[in-house]
Amino acid sequence: MKKKTFIQKRIMRSQSMYHMMMLPGMIFVLIFSYVPMVGIVMAFQDYVPAKGILGSEFVGLQHFKYMFSLPDIWQILTNTVVIAVGKIILGTVMAIAFAILLNEIRVKFFKKAVQTIVYLPHFLSWVVLAAVVINMVNLDGPVNQIVQMLGLDKINFLGSNTWFRPMIIVTDVWKEFGYNSIVYLAAITSIDPGLHEAAAMDGANWWKRIWHITLPGMLPIILLMGAMNLTSILSAGFDQIYNLYSPMVYQTGDVLDTYVYRMGMISRQYSFSTAVGLLRSVVGMALMLIANGLAKKLTDRKIF
Amino acid sequence: MVQKKGIFSNIGKGAIYLIVFLLGLICLLPLLNIVAVSFSGSAAVAANKVGFLPVDFTTAAYEKILGDDQFWRSFGISVIRVILGLVLNLVLIVLMAYPLSKSKREFKGRSIYMNMLIFAMLFNGGMIPTYIVVKNLGLLNTVWALVLPGAVPIFSVIMVMNFFMGVPKALEEAAVIDGATPFQVLTRVYLPCSKPVIATVALFSIVGNWNDFFSGLIYMTKVNNYPLQTYIQSLSVKLEDMLNAGGSLSSLVNIMDVSSQNLNAAKIVVSVIPLLMIYPLLQKYLITGIVVGSVKE
Repeated sequence: MKKKTFIQKRIMRSQSMYHMMMLPGMIFVLIFSYVPMVGIVMAFQDYVPAKGILGSEFVGLQHFKYMFSLPDIWQILTNTVVIAVGKIILGTVMAIAFAILLNEIRVKFFKKAVQTIVYLPHFLSWVVLAAVVINMVNLDGPVNQIVQMLGLDKINFLGSNTWFRPMIIVTDVWKEFGYNSIVYLAAITSIDPGLHEAAAMDGANWWKRIWHITLPGMLPIILLMGAMNLTSILSAGFDQIYNLYSPMVYQTGDVLDTYVYRMGMISRQYSFSTAVGLLRSVVGMALMLIANGLAKKLTDRKIF
Repeated sequence: MVQKKGIFSNIGKGAIYLIVFLLGLICLLPLLNIVAVSFSGSAAVAANKVGFLPVDFTTAAYEKILGDDQFWRSFGISVIRVILGLVLNLVLIVLMAYPLSKSKREFKGRSIYMNMLIFAMLFNGGMIPTYIVVKNLGLLNTVWALVLPGAVPIFSVIMVMNFFMGVPKALEEAAVIDGATPFQVLTRVYLPCSKPVIATVALFSIVGNWNDFFSGLIYMTKVNNYPLQTYIQSLSVKLEDMLNAGGSLSSLVNIMDVSSQNLNAAKIVVSVIPLLMIYPLLQKYLITGIVVGSVKE
């Protein structure tokens, strides 16, 4: 009893030390996360760099009104959501399917080799992979050579508004399906093999066992990942799109993040860009909170 | 697992192996293509003869890189950035994760700190306000602009915090009885048994810093100061962009110069080599790490 209180006292005395440990990191968080939040007032000003935030004139909601009067913004929101939802759906289906197939592979070295290869693109940057993709799908590249062999006309995949969105979705799924399959594979291996054996005894074939045992067993993880994916609906992937798009495909490929970047850093419309960014952050935060609530409710786990 | 024997199941198994093999191939071939281009003669590249094996094998592009000052300057900036970023990230992550792993009772201010971190993760000031802060601190065109804004990766802090929460309390109590201060408890008790999670967040930091091109794009106004990814990104400025921007004739000629295609491919390949060197570690720690450390608070 006496020993216990002694330890408690020591631990209580550690308080100031704990605060000291938090201090360096919190200084960085304050400077680079919280100070910029103060800068959001720019969105309600006509910000002029020379005058600074304190000297610039307030204009109320003018930038937001202007934003919603532009036909651009609706096009950009549509692009963002269509691309993001496409990536989430196709990406999830591919990752689950791949995990199920990979789980059937019994030849060890083959499994290892395939895993090594399919996880690799996840670790490469979009700068690198955009060059790889452009090489593959340019007008005379290997993909178009196959297209021509099939007797079809060459396709300008990255320069056509018909093909740009599908290309963005497919190349993103290509980069991430392997890595994303890891959590699903872990979920599959934690399913009791006895269930499969019993079902096989009862005459259930492979498809039936996947449908009635494997998929239901993975459901909590699928729901959790689905909730997490919800948070990315407003970020369709800046790095990828920035490195693959061109003015020719702004109509179908321009998304919120690329628009904020071009308005702010290229056109130097600081206040307007910040207003669009603020809209994105607010909706993004709401989505995160919803996702966290859903994850807690559906799976008893929290995202953050 | 009991398998139904018979022709059908053998065909089915064969089909599964085939599909998995093809998916592997789809991931591998595009990467092989760029390696093949980098080792091919420029005439063959210009004529689009290069598929997945080099044509007219030559290492000319790689020899040219050796004498390319800007490439190595950018490479050096990226290396320095990764080292600075790694040290800064690890020190701050560990220092913050330890007090945060204590209960509310043991560490009074915990919930305030925690809420501040979570809010910073959910919401941010956006690109322009952050840019203005970095600019006003005089960081533009310095390596610090690439490192300091990302000094505290909050997701990693939470991951390490979760791991620390699982370290048996008895270890700490024993150390405290022996007179250890909290800092000593952290460095002598917690750190030695947290190698996997430390390795995981270290690799996150290395890959993230190495692959990021965007900070270089907005915080560096001179190409001289570009980190490697930003430099490589700047090489692939497209023809129509140059025309739109009213590019000079000489710069257009430069872009039309097809021999630059295999040179760029070689630069890309070299930029990936450091990642390939640590890839076995990535596979070991990140892949197990995402399963163990992903969620829960």
